[in-house]
Parts: sequence; C-alpha cells; structure tokens
Amino acid sequence: MEANLNSSATTVQEDYAAHTPRDVVRGARILCEALLHEGVDTIFGYPGGAVLPIYDELAKMRDHLRHILARHEQGAVHMAEGYAKATGKVGVVLVTSGPGATNAVTGIANAYMDSTPLVVFTGQVPRKLIGSDAFQEIDTVGITMPCTKYNYLARNACDLAEIVKEAFYIAGTGRPGPVLIDIPKDVANEKAPFIYPERVRLPGYRPSVLADPGQVQRAMAKIGTAKRPILYVGGGVIHSGGTDELLELAERFGLPVTPTLMGLGCFPSGHPLCLGMLGMHGSYWANMAISESDLIIAIGARFDDRVTGAVDKFARQAEIIQVDIDPSSIGKNVRAHIALVGDAKSVMRQMLEALPEEACRDSSVRLAAWWDQIEAWKVHAPLTYENSDQVIKPQFLCQELYRLTQGNAIIATDVGQHQMWLAQYYGFKGPRQSITSGGLGTMGFGFPAALGAQIAFPNRQVIAFVGDGGFQMTAQELATAVQYKTNIKIVVMNNNYLGMVRQWQELFYDHAYSAVAMEWLPNFVKLAEAYGAVGLRATRPEELQGVLERGLSTPGVVVMDIIVALEENVYPMIPPGAGLKEMVLR
Amino acid sequence: MRRTLSIWVENRSGELSRIVGLFAARGYNIESLTVADTLQRNISLVTVVTTGTDHAIEQIVKRVDKQVCVLKALDVTDLRHAEREIAVVSVKLNVGPALREVLQLVARNRLKLVDVSQDTLTLEATGDCSPSTKSSRCSAPLASGILCAAARWPWPIFRRARLVRKPSTRQ
Repeated sequence: MEANLNSSATTVQEDYAAHTPRDVVRGARILCEALLHEGVDTIFGYPGGAVLPIYDELAKMRDHLRHILARHEQGAVHMAEGYAKATGKVGVVLVTSGPGATNAVTGIANAYMDSTPLVVFTGQVPRKLIGSDAFQEIDTVGITMPCTKYNYLARNACDLAEIVKEAFYIAGTGRPGPVLIDIPKDVANEKAPFIYPERVRLPGYRPSVLADPGQVQRAMAKIGTAKRPILYVGGGVIHSGGTDELLELAERFGLPVTPTLMGLGCFPSGHPLCLGMLGMHGSYWANMAISESDLIIAIGARFDDRVTGAVDKFARQAEIIQVDIDPSSIGKNVRAHIALVGDAKSVMRQMLEALPEEACRDSSVRLAAWWDQIEAWKVHAPLTYENSDQVIKPQFLCQELYRLTQGNAIIATDVGQHQMWLAQYYGFKGPRQSITSGGLGTMGFGFPAALGAQIAFPNRQVIAFVGDGGFQMTAQELATAVQYKTNIKIVVMNNNYLGMVRQWQELFYDHAYSAVAMEWLPNFVKLAEAYGAVGLRATRPEELQGVLERGLSTPGVVVMDIIVALEENVYPMIPPGAGLKEMVLR
Repeated sequence: MRRTLSIWVENRSGELSRIVGLFAARGYNIESLTVADTLQRNISLVTVVTTGTDHAIEQIVKRVDKQVCVLKALDVTDLRHAEREIAVVSVKLNVGPALREVLQLVARNRLKLVDVSQDTLTLEATGDCSPSTKSSRCSAPLASGILCAAARWPWPIFRRARLVRKPSTRQ
C-alpha cells in the first residue's frame, strides 16, 4: 500500500491541476486537496458529527489519503506524533468537535512540550450555532491556545487553503510544534474556489536560521580555550537534522557530549566521546562533568528542571554558550553568556566554518586532564545494577532488548521507570529512533506513538516499551494495530506498580504506598489474543531471551508481558531540590 | 517593578486573548491594557502595564514576541516615551455652593466639561501619569463624584490607556 502512495500522490495533483483553478468546490474538498499539496499521505483520526463532510470527502480520496482509524482521539494524536518523530514530517490528525477535540488535548499538549510538528484538524459546530452551547460544542481554539504553537478558527471556506498552507509552514519550521485548525461543519460544506497559495504571508513569524557571525566567533574563541568544556545536546539537534555537524564538532575538538532524554540518538551512544544522558537519572560522570565544566555548549536543549536539578547549584563555574532556535528558550532557566539564536544544524555549520585551525590542534593536549577526570568519575560510579537469577531485572530486560535488536530499533516509551531504564541501558545508535514523552510526561504515549512510527516504516523493527500502568491507558489501540496489519511489538515491563510514583513514595514519603499498586491487572497475554494479536509472557530470567526472540521475530502484532522485579528503583538519582553533584548512587 | 510593554500585532481574531493568556498563565497581573488601531492597515498596538522582576518581564516579552502574529514586542519603560492619562469623572450636584466649587475646580485645573445633566456634571481631566498630578487634579472631583473612567496614553511613539472603574460616591 505504501509503495504506491507516493507515486499516486503526484498523479492526483496532476489531476487537480487539470481543474480550472476557479473550480468551485466545498470546504472539505479544499482541505483534502490542500493536504495533497503538502505531500500528506496519512491521516490519523476519528470521525464524528461535525466532521462528516470531511470524512465524506476522504472516502472519495481513499486511494491518495490513507486514514488510520484510532480507537481514541488521544491515540490518534500520539500516533501522529510518533509518525512525525520517526519521519521528520508533519503529522496530521483529524477529529470531531467537543469530546473529539478535548480527547485530543493531551496529545496536542504532549507535542507542544516536545516540539513535534503536527497539524490537527478539529470539527466545530456550524457557525450560527457557535456560542449557543450546541451539541458537542466546545471552545476548541480557547482550550488549545496555551498548548499549540498557533491555532485557527476557519471562518470561511475561501480562507481554508491559505490557513492550511500557513499551518504546515508554522508547524514544521522554527521550533516545531502543533498547529490546530477548527473547522465549523458548514464551512466544510461551503463552496469556494480552490486556489493553493504559493507562499505564506506571515510578517510576525520569521524564525532565524543563522546566528550572528560575531557571536559565533566569540563562541568559537571560548571553545578554543576552555579547559573543561562539554557539549550538552537536546532534541533541537534531531529536529534540525544536525547529527553529522554535531559529530564533526565533537570530534574536531574531542569534546565530551551528553545528550538529554529528547536528544538520545543525536550522537551515537557507543561513541567514545559520548557520556550518556545527564539529569535526574543520568549517568554520574555526565552530571559531574557538566557540574565541573568551565564551558557548556548547549545545542537545542532547554535546561529543563529534570536536567539542571536545583538551578542555583547548577554548573557554577561554567560559562554557557546556548544555541537555540527559540529566543525565549535562551536564558530562560539558566543565564546564557553567549546566545546563538538559529537552527542547530546551520549554527553548528557556522561554528565549524568559523573554527580556527590552530584551536583544534592543541585541543587533545588541552583536554587531556579533563578526560582523565571524566574517566575517573566513570570508574568511581559506573552505571550498574545487581542482576538476579530469580527475577527479571528491568535493567537486564533493556540490555537484552538492546542486544537482540543491536540498538537499531525504533522504540517509543511512556514516562516513568521503564523510560529511564531504557534511556540508560538502550544505546540508541541514531536520531529518530527514540520516541518518548519528555516534557509532558504522558502515560499511554508509547504504544500509539510506536504504532505511528510503525505505520510510517512498515518494514522497520518498531517496539513500544511501556509499563503495565501506561499500557492500560491506551491499550485499545491494539485494535488499530491489528486492523492495519502492522508488525508492532509491545514489550510490557510489568512490575505491578506505578513504579516511579512508588519509588518516590518509598524514598520521600517513608514507604507509605498510596494507590500505586495495580491490585488488579488484566492478563495481557489474553488481552492480546482477544484483539487478535499474539501474547507471550516471561516470568523468569531464563525465559526472557526466548520470549523476546520469539516475540520480535513473530510477524504481526505481539504483546510480550515481561514480569520484572517488583520494587526495583531507578539509580543513580538526583533527589528533588538537590544539585547535580548530590546524586544518590544507590 | 512596573513595566510598560508595547506589542504590535496583526489584527486577527483571538490575538488579544492569546497575548493576555500568556500573562494569566504565568500569574502576572495586568495593571492596564489598551488596544488601538495603528496607521498601518491590519496592525494593532497593544499596550500592557504589568509588574514583575526583570527576568520575568524579559521572559514574557520574549514569549509574546515569538507569537506567530506578533510583529514586535518591546519593553518601552526605559526608552524615551511620553505618557498621558485621561480621567472622566461624574459629579453629582447637590445645591448651589457645590456647583460653584466644582466650576472653580474646572477652571483652576484646566478640566473639561463633557456633559451636563439635570443633577450631574461630567468632567474630563488629562495630564501625565505622575501620582501628584493625578491627586491634585482629580482628588477634589473624586471626593464628590464617580470616576467613570481613566485612560492613559503614552505619546508620541507609544500609546496606551488605562480603564479604571472606581465607583466612589460621597455620603
């Protein structure tokens, strides 16, 4: 199906070109044609009353626009996000008014926090009913204003083409993000000529690409003389496609690199310069290195509180060079000494071109002592855990997954312990492999997001790595996964607890467990079978390899229920309110 | 610290709500807010007076500035600008001497008589925004009347106004 989608999209555009441009068509048709002009071939959605005209049009276009029917609007948005994260394209969602829109809000907010480009279409009641508390009416534009990059209420069919053009432009450029278009039902039915604009007219929106050359020079001079520099890199490197530039920058100077959770994969995790993730559950040596550094080069990372720990204790001796496309990210949490506002890839290219040759030559000598210190920290507190022959340790599960997939799988996670263990023990080799809910921390994200990635890449190994709590939040998407004959693999790290909350209750609330035990869990194997998927279970360490091997190689949708140690904690850990150097190692 | 922000924005529906929402979401109080057309078609000027730390104001200005339809957001507090305030006051009249007193006030303070009805006078006072001016010019009428509205306008480059409803009737 995928194979002919791209080729047919062009033919269909030619078909449309055969229309005289002044052909009057209804709003729903304008919308679909605009999507084809934007190169969209897949939409994730859920129908309803207010979007009936659009679904009517979609049915006529099903050869060119594939609609993936989710089982809940939240799932649809997460799928679109997984699709967008895996491909780098803009994800597209279509849901109805009222509850359709409100159900989508979690997904939209998640995309907003993680800067994922989405265009979300919501139905709205007919214009004359807006404000009358009509059936399935809600102020979608008002609700989504704080969690979208921009949003629109389409007032006339003749505005639709321009709005769609703008929406895709806004979503995919600058710091990416979700854009919502609310379409009243009668606008979708209203007739107007379809004229797709050549370019957008947005005088207030001009994302900068290149940084100020003077600032770049200053930054490079600093990098050329720093004794304890570190590259702190985040999702912005992946969004900009700047992994090659990052590798070149790090290698020329021999700079240590620590990625954030959102930056996993932007630098090969097996590379000798890679220190692994930093932050609350980051590696000891990465946290020590950034704390003791004299120069932090932050690229596409936003000094999140999960990274800095207590801000007043964060890297006190360091000067900070911050590269970010979003001026409001600069100096937001931590003061930046040199601000480079621009696209991460382009700015790194500028930095490489501005590089004084002599600066690189002596860098290995200059940084030798720094690397010795980092090695010492690594030896002092390596990332480790106590394995067991009685129960499956979750860390072991992550290592096994890494071994069996050779670090090449696309893996999506929710939020919590499983997410942190995977970040620690699964060495992502490249960008767009790790798909996780970072900023918003959404349970139930991982499975539908993985499904979206699998739909984008039917032939790649895609795994949803989720907890028993999170999986139950969006498990109904198993129906979607089976219906579209995907090969997605779901690994449920089942510890019978909401593990991260339990960990905090154990450590900071004196073991008083409150509502964290899943006292009743479904039988995930039978649940999988009920949906027409394959269910497998491993309860003992010696069963793990066999179950994973069988599960990963079985065609179709497979749920692997992996029963792991119940009360394992994620270490190392920075307690809340502490600084990065105050890590609890175990 | 009290800051005055000027925000030029494309005149699209919902933009004011989007801007004000950024303040509300961060718990900032808006002291004064005005929106007016500019000579450029489709561009409105929003003027906001708010209070916050330097860091907080810098952040909010950046946040506002990055909005898709905002052309420019600027903290004008420390830039060269002029501010003007307008107050419109309704005074309830009792008897002869009171009327005389009010008319004297009008003459002495360069107030403008906007409206006369059977038992009220409506006065207009304009001036800069310093508290002393405000009190000397407005306190007397205020004491006996209702301040219907006060608006502040920085000129010439920047313009803002304040609308205050302050019902304060005399016994």
